[in-house]
Amino acid sequence: MRSQGVIGWLLVLPAAALLALFTHYPVVATIVDSFYATSRAGRPGPFVGLENYQVMVADEVFWKSLWNNVWYSLGTIPLSITLALVMALWVNSAMRGRTWLRVAFFTPTILPMIAVANIWLFFYTPQYGLLEKLTTSLGFATHNWLGTESTALACVMVVAIWKDAGFFMIFYLAALQSIPPSLAEAAALEGAPRGYYLRRIVLPLLMPTTLFVLVNAVINSFRLVDHIVVMTRGGPNNATSLLLFHIYQVGFSFWDTGYAAALTLVLLAILAAAAIGQFVFLDRKVHYQ
Amino acid sequence: MSSIQLESVSKHWGAVRALDAISFQAEPGSFVVLLGPSGCGKSTTLRLIAGLDTATAGRIRIGGRDVTELPPAQRGLAMVFQSYALFPHLSVAENIVFGLKVRKVAPGERDARLARVADLLGLAPLLARKPSQLSGGQQQRVALGRAIIAEQPVCLMDEPLSNLDAQLRGEMRREIRALQRRLGITMVYVTHDQTEAMTMADRVVLLRDGRIEQVGSPDELYQSPRTAFAAGFIGAPPMNLLRLERRGEAWHFAGTEARAPWAGAGADETSLGVRPEDIDVAPDGALPARVDTVEYHGADSIVAAQAGGQPFLIRLPRHAPLAPGDSIRVTWRPDHQHLFNARTGERIPA
Repeated sequence: MRSQGVIGWLLVLPAAALLALFTHYPVVATIVDSFYATSRAGRPGPFVGLENYQVMVADEVFWKSLWNNVWYSLGTIPLSITLALVMALWVNSAMRGRTWLRVAFFTPTILPMIAVANIWLFFYTPQYGLLEKLTTSLGFATHNWLGTESTALACVMVVAIWKDAGFFMIFYLAALQSIPPSLAEAAALEGAPRGYYLRRIVLPLLMPTTLFVLVNAVINSFRLVDHIVVMTRGGPNNATSLLLFHIYQVGFSFWDTGYAAALTLVLLAILAAAAIGQFVFLDRKVHYQ
Repeated sequence: MSSIQLESVSKHWGAVRALDAISFQAEPGSFVVLLGPSGCGKSTTLRLIAGLDTATAGRIRIGGRDVTELPPAQRGLAMVFQSYALFPHLSVAENIVFGLKVRKVAPGERDARLARVADLLGLAPLLARKPSQLSGGQQQRVALGRAIIAEQPVCLMDEPLSNLDAQLRGEMRREIRALQRRLGITMVYVTHDQTEAMTMADRVVLLRDGRIEQVGSPDELYQSPRTAFAAGFIGAPPMNLLRLERRGEAWHFAGTEARAPWAGAGADETSLGVRPEDIDVAPDGALPARVDTVEYHGADSIVAAQAGGQPFLIRLPRHAPLAPGDSIRVTWRPDHQHLFNARTGERIPA
């Protein structure tokens, strides 16, 4: 029995070691670091208690980033999920060229975010970008889409929706194909119009997928900042600064690691609260097969 | 009550002819079984009647009305699917009244009908459950309830009992038949199980490769099969078919010296059909044979024997006093034998 226990522990050791090294230790270290000032010139920083958090409350860029992120999430998540569902329903129907259409919808997902951001950067370029050419040829005044505070955030949101919708579509498509066709036939025999069938049968059966996609979308909206780095670097005037981008700047541009650790903990707390909330509140409404 | 008429209905999938000019009629209030092996086109026929697929050619009439071009909901019929097609996220009650809600039947009327159906099928204690919490037989009942609450004059069933165990199948067979009689529904029922066809049907439509092999009452199909295929499909076990050879003017059982009890002028290739239950073992029987196996079923025994390399089955009451390897002679009454052209499968008139 004893040697069996030892062997068991040895078997979990590689995985446990990797987890501890790259997940658990960083989490604990981040928590600890957030209570210390940033180390300077090789000397460890002194314990400062909640000072980093007090700085945060007074940090305008933090609040700006947080609100930006809230708007960014509210703008991208419902739209990309709705778009994903519509696309999935479309390419799930029997029609010519649906394989081609599926590939087309999924392509943004397989492209690296950096490449996507560069493509869209060209679309938004002032004067000779695609969007500019289109609007000026229609007689509109020229507009610097990414360089104006009022439109910059919306522009990066469009990129995120364009990239995420195809990815979420795949999950919806898989879920749609697991619904037996006889359910649609039974509904058709009862005279249920297509809209009624979608609302009363398909959407409830897709709820587990919606929950999964929703959790992923929320995490994505706080986690993906590659396109911000490429397209706007948070500007103009922090109009497109998202929470993770702010953490990146504080941590790796200003090297204020103590404050960055505190910001990271706030981000983690937000994500954890969102995930728990979604599972607790939505799980009751979800029917699992 | 509505009649159903199919007039040379065909269904082609590209070059494949799933159905080839099928015509038959179901009288109002009758129970018609579409019977045949898998791939014979029986489910396709049902889906064409339901309107879930469209016919390539031909007309379909329900209650005298041409419904060939109508969508399923306007044909005035209900259907029970092989997989039951219950909505997994809805309760039993919601599943049953789904169609009434779609058609905006008033809630009072809806509840009254639900109560009646639940009572009829013994579903009252299960109304709040989800389909996944039900046994196969209970799910079957819910599917049945959803079909009959619509009070449509026609009900279609696609192999509804194939997912149930043998005992439950027997019970549901009687129950569905009784329900159909009581409600006066015109029923079209698809199955590959000839027992279901024999026990439930007023009329059996036997299909093979997209064509009708024979239409008739169970008794007609049993007593006078029109083709060798029908003979070999109906009955459990089905009819034995023994090949005959012409030697000079007389017919012999192929591979034996025994003369066949028949003197007709058939084609060169002829089969003699005789049912296992019509064969007797007798010392002065015309056909010598050897016993291969004996299967004891309780009420009877099925003896597998062969004569001149041709296998056939004999059904004997209770314990058959035979053992593998025994040499026996068998006989049957001349009016119990059926003759078929072995090449075309057509029956040769006596």
